[in-house]
Amino acid sequence: MMSSKRSEVPVYAAIYVVLLVLLALTVEAARHDLGELNLVITLSIAAAKAILIVLFFMHVRHSTSLVKLVIAAALLWLAILFALAFADYATRPWDLIIGGMGNNSA
Amino acid sequence: MTILVAPESAATPSQPRTQQRNYLTDGYSVRSWLLTTDHKRIAILYLLSITFFFLLGGAAVIVVRLDLMTPQADLVQSETYNKLFTAHGVIMVFFFLIPSIPAVLGNFLVPLMVGARDLAFPRLNLLSWYVYMLGELFTLYALLAGGVDTGWTFYAPYSSTYSNTYVMATAVGIFITGFSSILTGLNFIVTIHKMRAPGLTWFRLPLFIWALYATSIIMVLGTPVLAITLLLVGMERLLGIGIFDPRLGGDPILFQHLFWFYSHPAVYIMILPSMGVVSEIIPCYCRKRPFGYAFIGFSSVAIAVFSFLVWGHHLFVSGQSIYAGMVFSMLSYLVAIPSAVKVFNWTASLHKGSISFDTPMLYALGFVGLFTMGGLTGLFVAALAVDVHVHDTYFIVAHFHYIMVGGAVMGYLGGIHFWWPKMTGRIYPEGWARLSAILIFVGFNLTFFPQYILGYLGMPRRYHVYPPEFQVLNVMSSAGASILGMGYFFPLTYLSWSLYFGKRASPNPWRATGLEWQTSSPPPTENFSETPVVLDEAYDYHRFDSLAATEGGGK
Amino acid sequence: MIGETPTPTVSALAHQFDDLTQQNEADDLGMWLFLSTELMFFGGLFLAYTVYRRQDEATFAAASQELDLFWGTLNTAILLTSSLTVALATHAAESRQRQQLIGLLTATIGLGSLFVSIKFMEYHQKYVHGLMPLGGLPFHWDGPSPAHAALFFDLYFLMTGVHALHMLIGLVILLVLLVKAIRGGLLGDHAAPVRVTGLYWHFVDVVWVFLFPMLYLIGAR
Repeated sequence: MMSSKRSEVPVYAAIYVVLLVLLALTVEAARHDLGELNLVITLSIAAAKAILIVLFFMHVRHSTSLVKLVIAAALLWLAILFALAFADYATRPWDLIIGGMGNNSA
Repeated sequence: MTILVAPESAATPSQPRTQQRNYLTDGYSVRSWLLTTDHKRIAILYLLSITFFFLLGGAAVIVVRLDLMTPQADLVQSETYNKLFTAHGVIMVFFFLIPSIPAVLGNFLVPLMVGARDLAFPRLNLLSWYVYMLGELFTLYALLAGGVDTGWTFYAPYSSTYSNTYVMATAVGIFITGFSSILTGLNFIVTIHKMRAPGLTWFRLPLFIWALYATSIIMVLGTPVLAITLLLVGMERLLGIGIFDPRLGGDPILFQHLFWFYSHPAVYIMILPSMGVVSEIIPCYCRKRPFGYAFIGFSSVAIAVFSFLVWGHHLFVSGQSIYAGMVFSMLSYLVAIPSAVKVFNWTASLHKGSISFDTPMLYALGFVGLFTMGGLTGLFVAALAVDVHVHDTYFIVAHFHYIMVGGAVMGYLGGIHFWWPKMTGRIYPEGWARLSAILIFVGFNLTFFPQYILGYLGMPRRYHVYPPEFQVLNVMSSAGASILGMGYFFPLTYLSWSLYFGKRASPNPWRATGLEWQTSSPPPTENFSETPVVLDEAYDYHRFDSLAATEGGGK
Repeated sequence: MIGETPTPTVSALAHQFDDLTQQNEADDLGMWLFLSTELMFFGGLFLAYTVYRRQDEATFAAASQELDLFWGTLNTAILLTSSLTVALATHAAESRQRQQLIGLLTATIGLGSLFVSIKFMEYHQKYVHGLMPLGGLPFHWDGPSPAHAALFFDLYFLMTGVHALHMLIGLVILLVLLVKAIRGGLLGDHAAPVRVTGLYWHFVDVVWVFLFPMLYLIGAR
C-alpha cells in the first residue's frame, strides 16, 4: 500500500501511453472490414486495456492474494451467468427455424 | 470450543460491575439507538423491523388461508387474492427471510464469535439498516396504496407491461433493500477475513460463521443481478424499452434467467444461516464436537457455489431450450450432495451424545427433519419429467415452504431462543417455549403436508377457486395454519414477557463453547474487556465438560 | 507511518481495528467486494446485450454506425486520462503532497464532467435524429427490423445511462474528497478514501473500456 511509491509515477505514465495507443489501434481496426475478426480484435484490445488498468492503476499486481481471489471469484460468477444462460440461448431449436414462430413454444 | 480466554477476563463476567454496564444500558435516548454504530444495537433494530414485517406477511396469508377454506370465491375477489399472495411472498422473502438470520443474529454474533470489537465497517452497517427501512417504506406504500398482483416473482412482460398495480414502487423497494443485503454481506466477508481474534484460525471458527460467510458470497455476487433485473423491469414500465416484451422484440425468458440467477441462490441465503444455527445448537445439546466439522464448513461454501449453477430448473416449462433443461436438471442434483453431507453429519453428531431436548434443540431437530423433506421433494421437481406434472402446483408451494418455513424459520426461531439470553440477558420460560416449538412443528406439517398431496393431485398454485374434491385437504391446511399461527404468537408473547420478568441470564447459561459465551450477558458495548486469544479447537465440549467437572461445576 | 508534516488531530485508526495495516487491507477488500457486486450488476446488462446482438448481428452493426465514433473515441481518451489523474492523486495523497492532490482531484473532476457533458450532448443528438426509442418518442429506422434496431438503442441508453450514473456518483464523491483535501485532510495515513475512490473510478473506466467497442465499434465502418 504505502511502499515504494516513488517508482510508480513513470509506470503510470507509461501505462497511460500504452492505453492511448491501444485505443488508436482498436479504432483503426474498426475501420477495416475483417469479418468475424473485427469482434475478436476489438474485444481482445478491450480486455488488454482492462487488464492494464486493473494491474497497474488499481495496483492489483501488489495486492494481497485475497483481493486477487475476489476478482477471480467475480469473473467466475460472471462466466457462470453467461455460460449457463447460453446453455439455453445457444441450443434453442427455434433459432434454426427463425421467424415469427416464437409463440408456439408452449 | 474451549477457548481459553486470558484468565482474568474469564473471571470478570461474575463480577456485578460488568453485569450492570452493557450495550443495552449504554444510553437510553432514541438518538442513541437511531445513530448507533454498535453491531448489537443494529441487530436489535433489525429484529424489531423484520418482526413487524413478519406479522404483516402473516396477516396477508391469514386471509389467503381463510379464503381457501371453501372452493368458491366467497371472502375476497380474484384481484384481491392475487395481491394478498403477492404481498405475502414479497414481504416474507425480501423483507423477512433474507434479512432474518444474517441481519439479526449475524449482526449480533459475527463480531462476538470472531472476537472483534465490531464489524469492519460499523457505519456501513447502520447505513444498511436505513437502506432496508427505505426499501420497506416504498414497499409499504405500494401495499397501502393498492398492492401488487404479479406474484413475488415479477414475471415479465406481465409485470413490465400489463399489470396496472403498484409494480414500480414495490420493485424500487426491493431494489433498495437489495443494497442493504449487499452491504451486510460485504461487511461480514471483510470482518471474517480481517478481524478474527489471535489464534482463531479458519478451522477453529464456529460453523455459524462458515455458513454466514457462504451466505455473504451469495449476497454480494447474486443480489446485483436482481437489482439490474428490477431496473430493467422498471425501465420497461417507465420508458417502454423492449428488453423483456416480445411485442418489441424482447425475450421474456431472459427475465426469468436473470431473476432466478439471484432468486434461486436467494433460497440459500435463507437456508444456509439456519444450517449454521443448527450446527451451533446440536453440538451444545448433545455435548459433543460435531461429526465432520470440516465437511459441514466446506459444504456451506459448496452450496453457495452450486446454488448459482441450477437456476434454470425454474424454467423447465417456460420455453427454455430442452438441452439447457437437461444441463440444469443434472446440475440441480449437485446441490443435494453438500446438503446431504450436512444432514448426515448432524445426525451422526447425535450418535452417543448426551442429548437434552431443550427448546433450541427441538427447533434444530425439527429443522433437520423438515429440511430433509423439503430437500428430497426438491429432487422430485428437479427432474425434468416430474416437474412438468407438478410445475406451478401446490406441490411446489409445499416444497419451498418446507425449505423456507420448516427450514429457515425453524432455524431462525431456534437461534433466537439459543442466543436470547446473550442478546437480552434474560432467560425465557422453558415450558412455554417447548410447547410453542412443538405447536409450530405440528402446525407446520398439518399446514403444508396436505399441500404436497393437493399439488400432486393437480391443484395449481395462485388460484383461490378450486374443484370441491380438494376441499378436505385445504381445510386441513387452513386448520394447520391456525395452529402454526398460534405457535408463532407464543414466542412473541413470552419473549417480550421475559424482557421484564425473565430470570437473569449468566454469561453462559447453556454451557456452550464459543467466544460469544465468554463475555457477559448482555455483552458490554466493546464486546470483550480484552481481545480474547483462542488456543483450542471449536466445539471441544468433551474437554469443556471435564474441565467444568473438575472445577466443581462451572455455571 | 513516515508521518512528519502536519499531524492531524483525529487518529486515522478506527476503534474496531488493531492497526493501520489491518484497516487498510479491510478498506481495500471492502471496495473490491463492492466492485465485484458492480461487475455482476453490469453483467446482467452485458448478458442482455450479448443475447440480442447474437439474434441479429447485422442490425446491431447497422445501428452501431449511427453512433458518433469521434465523440466516443474522445470520451474514451478523456476517461483514460482521468484514470491516470486519479491514480496520481492516490499517489499524491499517500506521499502527503497536498497541492498535487488538490490539483489532481480537480483535474479528475474536470475530466469526468467533460465526459458526462459529451455523453449528454450525444444523447441530445440521438434525440434530434429520432433514435431515442424511450417513453414513446418517435423512432425512425429505415433499415430492416426496426424493432431490433430499437433494442440496440434501448441497450445503448441503458448501458451508457447506468454508466453515466456511476460517473455522477463518482463525481460527487470526488467533490467531497476535494473539499476534504482543501481543508488539509486525506494525507498520509488518512489517504484511504482517495485510494478506495480511485479503485471505484478505475472500475467505471474499465466498464467503459468494454462499452465503447461493444456499442461504437461492432461491425466495420
